Amino acid sequence: MAKITYVSHDGTERTVEAKNGESVMEAAIKNSIPGIDADCGGACACATCHVYVDDAFMDKVGTQEEMEKSMLDFAENVKANSRLSCQIKISDALDGLRVTTPESQH
Amino acid sequence: MDLSGAEKIVIAGAGQAAAQAAQSLRQGGYAGELIIVGEEPALPYQRPPLSKAYMKGEMDEERLYFKPAAWYQDNKIEVLLGTTATRIDRAARQLHLQHGAVLDYDALILATGSRPRALPCKGADLANVHDLRTLADVERIRPQMVSGRRIVIIGAGYIGLEAAAVARTMGLDVTVLEMAPRVLARVTSPVMSEFFTTEHTAKGVKILTNTALSHLEGQDGAVSAAVLADGSSLPADLILAGIGILPNEELAKDAGIACSNGILTDRDGRTSDPHVFAAGDCASRPLVHYGRAGRLESVHNAIEQGKLVAAAILGAPRPAEDCPWFWSDQYDLKLQIAGLSTGYDTIALRGDPGERKFAAFYLRNGTLIAVDAVNSPPEFLASKKMIMTGARIAPEMLSDTSISMKEIAAKAAA
Repeated sequence: MAKITYVSHDGTERTVEAKNGESVMEAAIKNSIPGIDADCGGACACATCHVYVDDAFMDKVGTQEEMEKSMLDFAENVKANSRLSCQIKISDALDGLRVTTPESQH
Repeated sequence: MDLSGAEKIVIAGAGQAAAQAAQSLRQGGYAGELIIVGEEPALPYQRPPLSKAYMKGEMDEERLYFKPAAWYQDNKIEVLLGTTATRIDRAARQLHLQHGAVLDYDALILATGSRPRALPCKGADLANVHDLRTLADVERIRPQMVSGRRIVIIGAGYIGLEAAAVARTMGLDVTVLEMAPRVLARVTSPVMSEFFTTEHTAKGVKILTNTALSHLEGQDGAVSAAVLADGSSLPADLILAGIGILPNEELAKDAGIACSNGILTDRDGRTSDPHVFAAGDCASRPLVHYGRAGRLESVHNAIEQGKLVAAAILGAPRPAEDCPWFWSDQYDLKLQIAGLSTGYDTIALRGDPGERKFAAFYLRNGTLIAVDAVNSPPEFLASKKMIMTGARIAPEMLSDTSISMKEIAAKAAA
């Protein structure tokens, strides 16, 4: 289990309890976090679950695989801490994770 | 018709479009009654994994569900499962359900989805002959997906080929029958058909094109063989039919709502009755980038129409309409499709099919209308944007891998 905090682009914070093995995207969808569309349901096919990962967790969320890298390359407003939330698996190590959602997923 | 004062909204159907419409209505501030009527016993769930990870047993059932049961309670959404809507009384604005229950509505959303086209031949009712559309279908098929068994898949569309990939990966003996001269004939170009044929053949799948099924033979009530039009016989332990889907439009049609291969809607998802909307596989909508109406069988379409319908009912601004897009996973191949290639006059190929990383771009009169991208997200994503802007672009430039897709998108003249 891990507590994940989703911060929207306007600063609104929502914290949810997420299960290990779930993705950060799935936890967002189950809890109706606005700003994460996840149109493909986690197949890494759409790049609509883009988030910015809090710097303190950047080395804990794992690294991007090739597919995610190139998907992000075409997302809007990509930053150094951008990730696709469907590719981040939740574990105890991510307890307290904060991610920020971009203004738009398109 | 202003429905922003609606107090009772009923959604017939409980798939992706229904779930999206319900969520968007609540997110948009709708506070009235909201009822979802679903035929299946399950809460709304994702369908794409049914022919992919879920079929293979790599995904828990829980992960298929869009939302947990508590979400519907928290959002005051009543979900009537295992319930069939039987009739719309448009004059009284009531939806009749089986067993005599009646729901009043101010707005009705038809998200009734689609059903597999049934095999039209003798033996289709034998045991171990399956469709692949619902969770219950997978529950029936999966125990039979045992290494060494012989599966014959009828139809080489995306569902058939995805199932073939899963079955082969699980060690079954797989044969795919296709009436057309090539696989995916209805949905893509010869170059893509050839690529997927090569991939499946290399994995040991037998693909028989130009091959029609005559009928199925059984032994003790279970299928034992597929008999072909030429009289030859293929022994089979199980059969999977993937020969297309039909829109569930009867509820609308019987109520006198305009239908033509789907329930006809305007851009907002409104049918010929201003109190009735349609979304998802069952709806035929204006395809704004293509200047015609059509029915799209895709996740993207279900989500987009769910949002459009919710906005229209709430009187909110119409959400932006994206380029149609689809995907298919087979083995370790990710196919991403943007746009609709029907009516192309030119194909540009980029990359090398031999390296399993390439894209086919489709143009009409110099305008990019679609792409099929295999393991090539940049080609998919750049094309999606270019199709939306009606980009005109030289095919030679698309084929030139020394120019990045970002540069091409920047150079493309809208």
